[in-house]
Amino acid sequence: MSLTETTEEISIRVGTICDGLSGLEGALLPILHEVQEEFGFIPEGALQTIAKKLNLSRAEVHGVASFYHDFREEKPGRHVIKICRAEACQSMGADDLGDHAKRKLKVDWSETTSDKNVTLEPVFCLGLCACAPAAMVDGKVVGRVNKDRLDRILSEVRS
Amino acid sequence: MTVKIYIPLDSGSVALGADDVAKAIAAEAIKRGEDVQIVRNGSFGMYWLEPMVEVETSRGRLAYGPVAVEDVDSLFDAGFLGGGEHKRFLGHTQDIPFLKAQTRLTFQRCGIIDPVSLDDYRANDGLKGLENALRMTSEDIVKAVTDSGLRGRGGAGFPTGIKWNTVRQAPGDQKYIVCNADEGDSGTFADRMIMEGEPFVLIEGMIIAGLATGATKGYVYTRSEYPDAIRIMNEAIEVARANKLLGPKVLGSDYAFDMEVRMGAGAYVCGEETSLLNSMEGKRGVVRAKPPLPALEGFMGRPTVVNNVISLCSVPVILEKGAEYYRDFGMGRSRGTIPIQIAGNVKHGGLYETAFGLTLGEIVDQIGGGTASGRPVKAVQVGGPLGAYFPQELFDTPFDYEAFAKADGLIGHAGVVVFDDSVDMMKQARFAMEFCAIESCGKCTPCRIGSTRGTEVVDKIARGEDPEMQKELLADLCETMKFGSLCALGGFTPYPVMSALTHFPDDFKPHALDIAAE
Repeated sequence: MSLTETTEEISIRVGTICDGLSGLEGALLPILHEVQEEFGFIPEGALQTIAKKLNLSRAEVHGVASFYHDFREEKPGRHVIKICRAEACQSMGADDLGDHAKRKLKVDWSETTSDKNVTLEPVFCLGLCACAPAAMVDGKVVGRVNKDRLDRILSEVRS
Repeated sequence: MTVKIYIPLDSGSVALGADDVAKAIAAEAIKRGEDVQIVRNGSFGMYWLEPMVEVETSRGRLAYGPVAVEDVDSLFDAGFLGGGEHKRFLGHTQDIPFLKAQTRLTFQRCGIIDPVSLDDYRANDGLKGLENALRMTSEDIVKAVTDSGLRGRGGAGFPTGIKWNTVRQAPGDQKYIVCNADEGDSGTFADRMIMEGEPFVLIEGMIIAGLATGATKGYVYTRSEYPDAIRIMNEAIEVARANKLLGPKVLGSDYAFDMEVRMGAGAYVCGEETSLLNSMEGKRGVVRAKPPLPALEGFMGRPTVVNNVISLCSVPVILEKGAEYYRDFGMGRSRGTIPIQIAGNVKHGGLYETAFGLTLGEIVDQIGGGTASGRPVKAVQVGGPLGAYFPQELFDTPFDYEAFAKADGLIGHAGVVVFDDSVDMMKQARFAMEFCAIESCGKCTPCRIGSTRGTEVVDKIARGEDPEMQKELLADLCETMKFGSLCALGGFTPYPVMSALTHFPDDFKPHALDIAAE
């Protein structure tokens, strides 16, 4: 995938996704997921194409995309680390773990490191509450994450 | 002879290294010339023993756990393929006290079978409930579910049979069964576990719900945070279609039913049924005012059953063994069994299915074994982020919908999160408000504005700005949110806040909250 896609290229690829899914009842969320899977985020230019295909206004599509925490407006880093911030993980030190991650990566929640390598995202529950604190690294679940384990994960994704 | 080895594919086990252990065992077996077959099963839900490896021997299924990659070599040396003695040896799986003491009705096959093998499911009494249902009228199916006393396991506790009957009687050429698998409550993982460990029971439950109500299409709305559950559910649906369990002629009958999985997008509020329906329709996950009830005007404006995963998964056993069988478990108006999820700072965390009626103390101290940190238990949050915090003094509360309501709490989806004495309850109260502010859909003012004001009020108490007056203000705000919000998000956020304030007043003396700047 080239880094400089023209609006036209985006439109064609998004259009193909829409054509494949528009038959579903309530197709917008599946389409947005697929677009994010394709680009890593929802490109600005995708909204108009989706709107046209689904016979919605661009504002409606923007309203839906911006409602959900999952959909990003910007390209994430090469790696995405999600750390659970919910109660079960808090009881096992998730707050400290989150602070540690922010310090190490020099970012706040939902930010990407300056070298575009890692995006740190908060998540509220991964369903791993009996092996807290939990994290998800590039879609892979990790349980009982302490600071050492996190440091190992960070050095793995940095190498 | 081929030796069968079971290693869970459950994401909780995988998070603790099950995939690596499976790889290591497979590699070591090849190296040693051992003939093994590795089955990736669901988890039994004993997470302090995960990854738990089982071996099928002439003495039955024997367990070892928790197994790390470093243990694999010595397990082979110890002859674990024949059930040899090893420091990780746990004996017969079914004799592990945590498992043996349970009453597994809903989760009866979870952990035992290969999740996507329909043959395994059938061989363990699967589909018997559906086969019975296919011989019954829709009225009789609804009656069985009503008589069983089954109430919605998502949290609201509404009688499942009554909901079904409303949909059954509603006019409409297209009706839907929507499974609410948007399990966002911290401390809960029962839906995830059963979707990963025994997906066919959910499929069976949804087909029965369709038979009972005249619905021919089902949706499972689940979370993007559950990629493994989505993959396994989809695989099971494909297997079900290939075996004519789903399709135009369910098990050769004249009845049609098909279903698909839909993925949410990280919005907690979509666990609320009307917001879930909006989300499924491709809209913002904003709460709808009721009436109209989803049973009459639900998905796409059509009559829709919206049931929690565990409610639907409890239906097959009711149809298999009868309403009385299920109803005979439990206490008061809470009938049957409930999968309690013990989580957080606890020694023996996991899923424990049992009849209603155990006390909170029994669950935390005896079954859970106290805290993982070894420090005293200070508070237990029951029912997710909208559930109340219970102090030790209320540990005699029995696990029952009404008893919990009487103690100003709720069972919710039956998640129990344990905190040791290092927890700051004012910080937890602040978090409850902050969480509500992050997740509010914005439709109603008490939730949208109240949660932000609530966070500010807690901050003022912490800073010592007229704290007594602020506490009164907080209680007043909670009152407004409780009675003025459209749904449980704004309406129940007061539970954790007020329970923290009521039961742990010492924590609400002005002090610096350990909160990093956002």
